[in-house]
Amino acid sequence: MRYSALSLLAQALRGHTGWKPAWRKAMPAPGYDVVIIGGGGGGLSTAYHLARHHHAGRIAVLEKGWLGNGSIGRNTTIIRSNYLLPGNVPFYELAMKLWEGLEQEINYNAMVSQRGIFNIYHNDAQRDSYARRGNAMRLHGVDAELLNREQLRREIPYLDYENARFPIQGALVQRRAGTARHDAVAWGYARAADRLGVDIIENCEVTGIDIENGAVTGVQTARGAIKAGKVGIAVAGASSLVAAMAGLRLPIESHALQAFVSEGLKPLIDNVITFGAGHFYISQSDKGGLVFGGDIEGYNSYAARGNLPTVEDVCEGGMALMPMLGRARLLRSWGGIMDMTMDGSPIIDKTPVKNLFFNGGWCYGGFKATPASGYCFAHLIAREEPHPVAAAYRLDRFAEGKLIDEKGAGAQPNLH
Amino acid sequence: MRIACPYCGPRGLEEFLYTQDASVTRPGAGATGQDWVDYVYIRENTKAPRKEFWYHSAGCHAWLILTRDVVTHEIMAVDLP
Amino acid sequence: MSGYRLPTGGHINRNIAIPFSFDGKAYTGFAGDTLASALLANGVKLVGRSFKYHRPRGIFTAGSEEPSALVELGQGACREPNTRATMVELFNGLEASSQNRFPSLKYDALAINNLFSPLLAAGFYYKTFMWPAKFWERVYEPLIRRAAGLGRNAGLPDPDFYEKTTEFCDVLVVGAGTDGLAVARAAAAQNGRVIVCDEYPAPSPPDLPANVTFLPRTTVFAIYDGGTYAALTHLPNASPRQRLVRVVAGRGIIATGALERPLVFANNDLPGVMLAGAVADYIIRYAVSPGRNILLALNNDDSAVLIPLLAAANIGIAGIVDTRRKSSDLVYRLAREADASVFAGATILAAQGRLGVKSAVIKQHNGTMLRLPCDTIATSGGFNPNIALTAQFDAKPVWNETICAFTAGMLPPCARIIGKAAGQGINAGIEPHWHSGFSPGKSFVDLQNDVTVKDIKLASQEGFCAVEQVKRYTTLGMAADQGKTANVNALAILAEARGISIPEAGTTRFRPPYTPVSIGALAGAHKGKHFKPVRLAPTHEFSQAQGAVAVESGLWLRAQYYPRAGEGWLAAATREVNTVRNAVGICDVTTLGKIDIQGPDAAKFLECVYTNSWASLPIGRVRYGLMLREDGFVMDDGTTARLGPEHFVMTTTTANAAKVMQHLEFCAQVLWKHLEVSLISVTDQWAQIAVAGPKSRATLAKIVDDPFDVSNDSCPYMACAGLTICGGTPARLFRLSFSGELAYEIAVPARYGNALAEKLMQAGAEFGIAPYGTEALGIMRIEKGHPAGPELNGQTTAHDLGLHKLLSTKKDFIGRTMAARPALTNPARPTLVGLRPEDGTTTLRAGSHLLPIGVPATAAHDQGHVTSAARSPTLGPIALALLADGPARLGEKIRVYDPVRQGDCIARVVSPVHYDPAGTRLHA
Repeated sequence: MRYSALSLLAQALRGHTGWKPAWRKAMPAPGYDVVIIGGGGGGLSTAYHLARHHHAGRIAVLEKGWLGNGSIGRNTTIIRSNYLLPGNVPFYELAMKLWEGLEQEINYNAMVSQRGIFNIYHNDAQRDSYARRGNAMRLHGVDAELLNREQLRREIPYLDYENARFPIQGALVQRRAGTARHDAVAWGYARAADRLGVDIIENCEVTGIDIENGAVTGVQTARGAIKAGKVGIAVAGASSLVAAMAGLRLPIESHALQAFVSEGLKPLIDNVITFGAGHFYISQSDKGGLVFGGDIEGYNSYAARGNLPTVEDVCEGGMALMPMLGRARLLRSWGGIMDMTMDGSPIIDKTPVKNLFFNGGWCYGGFKATPASGYCFAHLIAREEPHPVAAAYRLDRFAEGKLIDEKGAGAQPNLH
Repeated sequence: MRIACPYCGPRGLEEFLYTQDASVTRPGAGATGQDWVDYVYIRENTKAPRKEFWYHSAGCHAWLILTRDVVTHEIMAVDLP
Repeated sequence: MSGYRLPTGGHINRNIAIPFSFDGKAYTGFAGDTLASALLANGVKLVGRSFKYHRPRGIFTAGSEEPSALVELGQGACREPNTRATMVELFNGLEASSQNRFPSLKYDALAINNLFSPLLAAGFYYKTFMWPAKFWERVYEPLIRRAAGLGRNAGLPDPDFYEKTTEFCDVLVVGAGTDGLAVARAAAAQNGRVIVCDEYPAPSPPDLPANVTFLPRTTVFAIYDGGTYAALTHLPNASPRQRLVRVVAGRGIIATGALERPLVFANNDLPGVMLAGAVADYIIRYAVSPGRNILLALNNDDSAVLIPLLAAANIGIAGIVDTRRKSSDLVYRLAREADASVFAGATILAAQGRLGVKSAVIKQHNGTMLRLPCDTIATSGGFNPNIALTAQFDAKPVWNETICAFTAGMLPPCARIIGKAAGQGINAGIEPHWHSGFSPGKSFVDLQNDVTVKDIKLASQEGFCAVEQVKRYTTLGMAADQGKTANVNALAILAEARGISIPEAGTTRFRPPYTPVSIGALAGAHKGKHFKPVRLAPTHEFSQAQGAVAVESGLWLRAQYYPRAGEGWLAAATREVNTVRNAVGICDVTTLGKIDIQGPDAAKFLECVYTNSWASLPIGRVRYGLMLREDGFVMDDGTTARLGPEHFVMTTTTANAAKVMQHLEFCAQVLWKHLEVSLISVTDQWAQIAVAGPKSRATLAKIVDDPFDVSNDSCPYMACAGLTICGGTPARLFRLSFSGELAYEIAVPARYGNALAEKLMQAGAEFGIAPYGTEALGIMRIEKGHPAGPELNGQTTAHDLGLHKLLSTKKDFIGRTMAARPALTNPARPTLVGLRPEDGTTTLRAGSHLLPIGVPATAAHDQGHVTSAARSPTLGPIALALLADGPARLGEKIRVYDPVRQGDCIARVVSPVHYDPAGTRLHA
């Protein structure tokens, strides 16, 4: 049933008894043309775009737990394309354009809200580096503005302009950036893919990847063996583990990242705001919670939880930037696993195993990429050549030295 | 997490910095380009206890090798390099 | 005082009356009351409006699990929204107001949502508001945002103080109930240090041993790794307002008791519906009866204790609805003694009333309906062990069929859970009764987020089967109470809807904090100017006395420029540059990292970490060095002086001082631990001042002690020496030049920093000496083409910076192999050049991009960017830039494009060394 105000009204009159499952509880078939490992944002988006744009045959998405339980369901919902490097900007801008039409395309309200992102700068060097970034964006046709202190203050009056340890001087702004309701993105893509015939199979953990003569032939799962013509890996938080099943070793280390939400408040913060002198960024959800976060924990971890120093560090950043937060209460913190690459940028590429494709290493930037990640991965799987905007995300760029290091932090994953 | 620095005693996580997997070793003379790529970029990243380098940055500046479970965060051993 | 206060009893002090107000109306309570108990004592039952449907809500519990009675506390900047009335100790002049209502609590306009509630089913917003697309941000979303949220943040800086402490103990006991205190006493007898925390404001129990610290009003809200517990202490009406206590405990004893769960029936959110245990608490602790005619609905024997309590206080009992097929002997006996009727095997179907309970509808065991007048419904669906703390920590809770509740799974290391929290002594005779059927009217599971039984059923019907999906789709358990009274009921209802068992349905993951913690407390004193510590240069007093404008440089405050009357920053910096170029200036350069390197293998060590050669550096000489990361990109640069055969002093950039120190320690302790070398940071130990300009030698000559000779012959460019100055003060002299002029850097023990600056000013007075700041420093280094922060940005290679000649081919060094990869030496990479505007006057700005002239301004034509720019007093606007294939393009014209600042001009590509390229001045 198509979702609309009308269908909602009709169902309301019938006590909502007519709504069908958003996606079928598919049973695994013996084989598929394409198997996508991972029922998160990347995997579902990939399956949807494969079914929608490519004649990819029968497609299955295998999810080890419940759909949407990974990074897609535990991020801070920010979407943006305010990147610096040519390897990144066109890709994230494609994502941004896809976000802009997402809800109408998949008939699901993912609450894409272009509230604007403000990256605050605190000194001349930071201003110039944001100018460099903003100019790079403009050269790529992406919107960017550089505000000075007075312009910023007119728009966001509640920052600590008078007493800050690191004075607020202005901001780089991308007005088309914003937030989207993260869970709804997973559900919406799942529903849309399902309607195009994709089998979404939950509780189906992949335990092995079958390879014969250097080519993938299928996967072993908790629900039996499944043959596959092509296999795509899109398992944020478990990239190294799944890749290892095919004998691949990756330039990735997994790290825990915490995120935070406050109690529900009446509208207070209208934009996405990032602090330039510490680890803190914030937005307010439609439900009223302040959603905020900071840096990764800093140590290799597969536990979806963090420790107290990060909590304190993030709240200190918050108070330094907007002292009105003092009496807002932190309601819940949670953790997710970030597959941090050695240059801070993702990988969407073929692998040395024929017909096995890899999408991962999203660090803590995977959510915003979701539509383009799937779009480009579907392109790669279907045509066996990279989509032009994702052409730089190669596995061999590390050996080659063609790194995409936005921060210039070097080969230490917890610094990206 | 609390780390028992051999010089300073048990201290809070906030005093330390983690940098990298300690199982990779810097290639010596005659190493191939691939050896270097492996050393600088490739990580096993398994879901098991492993050795890793930590630096007591807000303390004695010692480099430590922790044996730590990356799932439970339990620290089994703290050794000097 | 109204008749709801009982004539005797309670832990309140009736001699201290406390005036307070709610929604502007004045009331009085007693010392020892909470806001909730005082409101109930005054007969105030309606205290708020619900989140989604704006339904009237009252006080549901007597503790921190309160889902309904959330109020705004205080006024102005101190206004604190979403405050649980059950946890606020009454104080003189307390001002509270209801929230999420307009225009008033009784007549709330958005209560109309309740009428439209059939449209507002779980997840309705995912299905609509999509057309037209532009309307989301403009129309729908603003409406939703205004309706959502509960309380209002003040929107003003929080004026209060918060602090943080760390406590160490052998045993931490969480919860000062009977079990907790017994364990605390036992642990104290073993001579350990014991801390007992309790979230309520109980006085310290009598005769606690001296080695037990009792922390009331202290909620342990999270367990972290390594026996670290996070707790928050409320200090009512005090400053600091709250204290974050990090407790490091050898062992943790979780004695957090159990939380009652309500029965679920229609209109179970009406003011007057309460947990049975809460009714008991109000009677015992506060001598308040929440009502005059109370109906008790239960499914277990634990809550039967309420019956004699009500009887003893002469409170009317409207009846006892026992949902068990057969009520227990205990209930019958207590009811008989209280002269109350028992409706065994009955179900409570609905509460009735508009703004509060007036009656209840029950279905008796024989199926007949009965309406029972009452003003309060006390419900008990049994108890849940309070396992939130341990369950935050990975281990999944385990279903215990006997007590019909989840108990703790695997515990965190060194933690134990005891008493009711461990499931002991609760839920006697329980027979589960999860809800009263999918009846008309709303049966709330999660009162705070307005999630009903139907919502859970709908989620399940739509395929949101996993409990975490149900949570996310319906928002169950995501409100400020994290579903403390809701979650287990919800699981049971989900299990029923899906036809599976409760343990199969599983639980959602518990997340810290246990109860909400103000961000102010987690930040503590780290706000405003105290966000981070300030490092002051050792000449700070001097520069302040000279009128310097200070600028943040990392944690340092440095002198940016020294304005004289009428001068702006550019005029001051220009004058300062001219002073250095024509006479002499001084500048504090202490902030550059200084690392003392000593040992027989010190020179060998430098060979390893620098790209260039060091073994040959003579004693008394300084060399410029380049350091790479292991991945072949530039890490840092600086000069290192050889003070003795086994003694070097390295200088790093200010920004990378700590990073380089860490790196060198890694090299020394891990990579080349066989080398005998010791490192120590001496940045804070030495005050270092640059003395630069043609008159610098003459100035210095006046302060160095005999027989030190500053002449060019004995102290040439790149010489260094230890010496004394000013009559015996130890010092180090380095003939270095960042400015391009004849220049020195002189270092003295840090405590002499101000004195040295003043001495230099006196010595140079006759030459027109002046201090210069970071602006002038920056202009001169750009004039000389020295790379600094914007060029050493972690993305550049030695080749990019024109420093490839420093890559030795005769030795190994960090980064050597990886730096040789073709992609890092490709001439097409943006490489360091200088720029001058073609018209000689247009200001160039760092961050501008470089494009060929006459092509569209698109990324395809992007050839690099301006890294640093300045207005040179002698040359006009100049810049450094990274330009593709730069060195081959000297003389070429290029477009400097800066759309974010409306900049667009033409510049000529020149050598990065704008000033004195031959270097004759610095060798003078």
